[in-house]
Amino acid sequence: MSGKDRFYRLMQGDEACAEGALAAGMRFFAGYPITPASEIAEYLSQRLPEEGGVFIQMEDEIASMGAIIGASLGGMKSMTATSGPGFSLMQENLGYASMAEVPCVVVDVQRLGPSTGSPTAPAQGDVMQARWGTHGDHAVVVLSPSSVKEVYQLTVKAFNIAEELRLPVVLLMDEVVAHMRERVDMRELAQVEVVDRKRPATPKDSYLPYGPDRDDVPALARFGDGYHFHVTGLFHDSTGFPTGNPKEIERQIARQHRKLERYRPYLCIGDEEALEDAEVVVLAYGGSARPALAAVRQGRREGLRVGLIRPTVLWPFPEETIYALATRVQSIIVPEMNLGQLALEVERSVKGECRVTRLPKVNGELFTPEEILAVIRKEALSCPSWRLRPIYEKKDYAISGVQAVATA
Amino acid sequence: MSQLAVKTHLREERLRHIWCPGCGNGIVMGAIARAIDKLGLNPDQTAIVSGIGCSSRASGYMDFDTLHTTHGRAIPFATGLKLARPELNVIVITGDGDAAAIGGNHLIHAARRNIDITVVCFNNNIYGMTSGQYSPLTPRGMKATTAPYGTIDRSFDLCRLVGAAGASYVARGTAYHVRQLINLIANAIAKKGFSFVEAVSQCPTYYGRRNHLGSAVDMLRWQKEHAVPVKAAANMTPEELEDKIVIGELQNLSGQPEYVSEYYRLVREVQHQHAALR
Ligand SMILES: Cc1ncc(C[n+]2csc(CCOP(=O)(O)OP(=O)(O)O)c2C)c(N)n1
Ligand code: SF4
Repeated sequence: MSGKDRFYRLMQGDEACAEGALAAGMRFFAGYPITPASEIAEYLSQRLPEEGGVFIQMEDEIASMGAIIGASLGGMKSMTATSGPGFSLMQENLGYASMAEVPCVVVDVQRLGPSTGSPTAPAQGDVMQARWGTHGDHAVVVLSPSSVKEVYQLTVKAFNIAEELRLPVVLLMDEVVAHMRERVDMRELAQVEVVDRKRPATPKDSYLPYGPDRDDVPALARFGDGYHFHVTGLFHDSTGFPTGNPKEIERQIARQHRKLERYRPYLCIGDEEALEDAEVVVLAYGGSARPALAAVRQGRREGLRVGLIRPTVLWPFPEETIYALATRVQSIIVPEMNLGQLALEVERSVKGECRVTRLPKVNGELFTPEEILAVIRKEALSCPSWRLRPIYEKKDYAISGVQAVATA
Repeated sequence: MSQLAVKTHLREERLRHIWCPGCGNGIVMGAIARAIDKLGLNPDQTAIVSGIGCSSRASGYMDFDTLHTTHGRAIPFATGLKLARPELNVIVITGDGDAAAIGGNHLIHAARRNIDITVVCFNNNIYGMTSGQYSPLTPRGMKATTAPYGTIDRSFDLCRLVGAAGASYVARGTAYHVRQLINLIANAIAKKGFSFVEAVSQCPTYYGRRNHLGSAVDMLRWQKEHAVPVKAAANMTPEELEDKIVIGELQNLSGQPEYVSEYYRLVREVQHQHAALR
């Protein structure tokens, strides 16, 4: 290698996830093999011992999720990685992490489902599971990267958010992004800011592991440091011990959600292209955002007023941003490799201010830019008096149930 | 030792516990506290991890760092904690349903790895918390709310299972033979590697009532009369042992590789090789 070449590296998405995690200070990984996430485990099984960290292959995904919670309470930043079937198994303990407010990162490299589905085919079918997979009203943050570089950056971000908010954070990748190889500039990646969880500053006997701190995020002590605190998935009061008192329960739930609400402005992140004068907007994320960008650029060359918005935080959904956008554009197209999961959220957020067109694809193939462009053209050429039409055009969805939801 | 152990190792302010009068859980929890006391473990360096069930509520009453996890999953949580902080004494409290049904796979894999944690299984032969359904340790023919005609399931011998999976230490005791139980738990904690103690306990509320086993005292008497020390059991026929519980040390292996020290040995080797390459 000579000159500038040494700054560049050909990296796979899964590898970037592993390296990003290490850069964020992750030192504990527990996982169970599954395509298309196995490379993360394989890579870390080599790298973690080098860094003095722990790699363990557990007996299943339930155990993996449990182990990373235990390790996090022991003070190590921890992560697991899986795909749909394993993600389903993790849901109970993911809810535990949310309830007990234990920071950790769960990577779900989506593949086509339900069930075993198509292990190597790309999909984005876990968007709703990532939000609502575990039972009860829980707080969770979900990030979705579109490039190898972004996988690295968002993995770091996932850890920072988890540490700052004492929350489980889900990195929702898809097979395309995970298996893709791209050239990355290591100088760019080296610029990471790392956040560590708040440690208690109070004396040991007055420590409240679930106390109402100023930012609603209580400090987290480490097991083995003499605090003698209790962690449970039962509803608990600020001491951490179980309670059945409805007032206390309400207070704890409210705080768990408030801490995320407070932080929400920092979570409205993403990317945009040619939005200023756009009348038609494509909203895309993850692997689908790449053909979407190509389609938008081609549309512009054809003189169409089209733009792209690409949220990288899917949950909490940037509803205010989307509403504001909806008030000044005519149409939002949502291409997704599922039957319209995030589109539901877009439809909810626009409050009827613009038309929302779902562009679902669930055959295990990627979108082509042409497929998206065809819809852009149609939308751009549609009648200017669009407001007189029904908000949700009845389209030829493959599944009638989806249509029913769309017109409801 | 005894009363003091209870005072220092239990959270007295939490002790209006949820257990029924006559339940064996308090005896077994007390035995763990006394075993910790007997060994003189540093309370700051000791963590209790439990699953879900009546028995698993014990973690909330014990004055250490305590982790009350999900049903059947205490061992994976404990595995993560122990690997992250190898200097901690990690003790898992679990019930027979928690350990043998939903958590059975974790139990055998932890034994296979021979990771240095101690599991104490409170065996009351029933699902107590959910009000008396049969568990994998309910003896065949006994009744439960989901076995009104008597269970046709055969029951597990958890000690043999865990022993066969490779645990360094396996023992069984009862709530009645509490002095012995304290010693067995203490030996288990002191043993490097995976250690498992089955503590036969009584649930008068569900198991006892449904099967007409009498009061808690009657159930303790049953334990006394049906327990056979390991040595004596060696000379008995399977028929004679049919309705007996064999108590004492059942497996005590030495020189077995322990998971956490093996892992960190590997880390040192890898780092050494790297330093040499640099
Ligand atoms: C995933 C899940 N399934 C079922 C339950 C309900 N549940 C709670 S405790 C329990 C059984 C407890 O029995 P055991 O482990 O023997 O403990 P005991 O209450 O007898 O001490 C069950 C089935 C649960 N909490 N979580
Ligand atoms: S139900 Fe049984 S095991 Fe549970 S507390 Fe009551 S007596 Fe003990």
